[in-house]
Amino acid sequence: MTAPKTLYDKIWDAHVAHEAEDGTCLLYIDRHLVHEVTSPQAFEGLRMAGRKVHAPDKTIAVPDHNVPTTAGREDPAQMTEESRIQVAALDKNAKEFGVHYYPVSDVRQGIVHIVGPEQGWTLPGMTVVCGDSHTATHGAFGALAHGIGTSEVEHVLATQTLIQKKSKNMKVEITGKLKPGVTAKDITLAVIGETGTGGGTGYVIEYCGEAIRDLSMEGRMTVCNMAIEGGARAGLIAPDETTFEYVKGRPHAPKGAQFEQALEYWKTLFTDEGAHFDKVVTLKGEEIEPVVTWGTSPEDVLPISGVVPSPSDFEGGKVDAAARSIDYMGLTPGQKLTDIEIDTVFIGSCTNGRIEDLRAVADVVKGKKIKDGMRAMIVPGSGLVRAQAEEEGLAEIFEDAGFEWRLAGCSMCLAMNPDQLSENERCASTSNRNFEGRQGYKGRTHLVSPAMAAAAALTGKLTDVRDLI
Amino acid sequence: MEKFEKLQGIAAPMPLVNIDTDMIIPKVFLKSIARTGFGKNLFDEMRYNRDGTEIEDFVLNKPQYRNAEILIAGDNFGCGSSREHAPWAIADFGIKCVVSTSFADIFFNNCFKNGILPIVLPQEQVDVLMADAEKGANARMTVDLEAQEITTSDGETIAFEVDAFKKHCLLEGLDDIGLTMEKKASIDAFEAKASAARPWV
Repeated sequence: MTAPKTLYDKIWDAHVAHEAEDGTCLLYIDRHLVHEVTSPQAFEGLRMAGRKVHAPDKTIAVPDHNVPTTAGREDPAQMTEESRIQVAALDKNAKEFGVHYYPVSDVRQGIVHIVGPEQGWTLPGMTVVCGDSHTATHGAFGALAHGIGTSEVEHVLATQTLIQKKSKNMKVEITGKLKPGVTAKDITLAVIGETGTGGGTGYVIEYCGEAIRDLSMEGRMTVCNMAIEGGARAGLIAPDETTFEYVKGRPHAPKGAQFEQALEYWKTLFTDEGAHFDKVVTLKGEEIEPVVTWGTSPEDVLPISGVVPSPSDFEGGKVDAAARSIDYMGLTPGQKLTDIEIDTVFIGSCTNGRIEDLRAVADVVKGKKIKDGMRAMIVPGSGLVRAQAEEEGLAEIFEDAGFEWRLAGCSMCLAMNPDQLSENERCASTSNRNFEGRQGYKGRTHLVSPAMAAAAALTGKLTDVRDLI
Repeated sequence: MEKFEKLQGIAAPMPLVNIDTDMIIPKVFLKSIARTGFGKNLFDEMRYNRDGTEIEDFVLNKPQYRNAEILIAGDNFGCGSSREHAPWAIADFGIKCVVSTSFADIFFNNCFKNGILPIVLPQEQVDVLMADAEKGANARMTVDLEAQEITTSDGETIAFEVDAFKKHCLLEGLDDIGLTMEKKASIDAFEAKASAARPWV
């Protein structure tokens, strides 16, 4: 009898194309997603070496980081010269090397991690990589998915493999039920608050437990998306009926008899009873509250009922880091989080730019108005999410409430396109990183769930959404 | 890739924990389609005022550290994005070795692809090196990859671990893609087997 395996062990074992004596493996890659920022140097490397893309049919390209999200963005004048060059380079490379491609003009264009699952490129049991750390998102399908650097992008383009050593197994279990107003985003932030941003380093996390099982695919993607913020190579959730239902009928998912064959395999993708985990973290779902970040690291997480901490609450190197964060964020130790006034609300990103996120926002803001003077934007994760939100009447709710309703892209999650914070501008954001300068030079970011962002837009302060529902 | 030779140089101390890739190279500088030229923007927001003048007390702006080739850093260095622009900027500045108690996974891998040696050591030993680095320009450390040893300016030696394959590639300046292509038969065989077992992929 073979030893019991984790889900990660199973996917890993099914993709080892070569193993050296020292355990260094060539891991075969089933899907390679490509965007305009981390790929130009890789394609250039291929060109210089006279190499081709090994598997263009497994390679999917879409521009997302640089693209403006305002109407009329086909007009090149909306982008800076450098952004235009990157987007044009992707266009040229996608066509020259013959990979699948969704240009800005295509309704299916959007954030690469939203487009992949939406189009059925991401399937259970696959290996998925992209030159982007939030590739972890695809782990929601029980796919081994992680970010890679540009040299590795070039390596995958040329060989469809990655040189890898296996990570350790970590289990993050969320038991029980979530309370009303608490979402997938609160789970994933609460986990990072518990483990720290380095707590997952060297591990692949499998998220499990009743609260995870109860999540939709959208919610599971939110949880896995931020596995990287906890330092893990990847986050995984075992596929189940929710997964199969989501995948079925997607453009690039298997059809008919092949779907049945795939399904049979997918149903074997779970952690065996008794399999070994090197690290285990357990949180009680019912104890998780809506959370916000106060500092400049995603581990700086507190329940919305909390107060800004003092540097002396910490130990070691974190004392200086906390002092620096509090200063950067313009906060005072002891200040109630719900007293923090917000200038801007950003709803979108690969963390929270899917239809369910937009529905959650609509539930909070329907028939209400955002605070006077508030800058609030909603950026759907893809052209198809945008179309669906319009069909469901959500867009109308947002516009009536005073939100800007944008076109798909990475937008204000990172300051690489026209959507940026100005100095000292304070933002409640559904994105994934609150690093210094992430949303714009000296911009101040508080990470929250879509429902919490919606609540902040209405009141002008960080707000417990449970007070509004 | 250039071979990683025995390195003797100035080490700069950066004790701040969780130095992320946005600090190493802010995204406004990710828009180049080249691999070079990022060094001048390394640690840009910590290093320069908005008007482009230097912030005097930032470590790499201090006269004694302007030519640093080694960085002694706080815990969880390189967390955040997968951007290889971070190690490109570090290498372009002239830093060839970074020492910390831990590194973010993707950044760690990216270093080796760019001739940079990231070294993980326990806190006590990083503390020794941090104190040594704080002595400034006359305190030159030696990093000997072959022997897997760092020698402080006082002659104290500290051994470090490194993956054997990665060490070999750094020492020889080997190109990963070329090495992998030598295993083409294994990849082809895997593809044939996998497409029979999982034809929908």
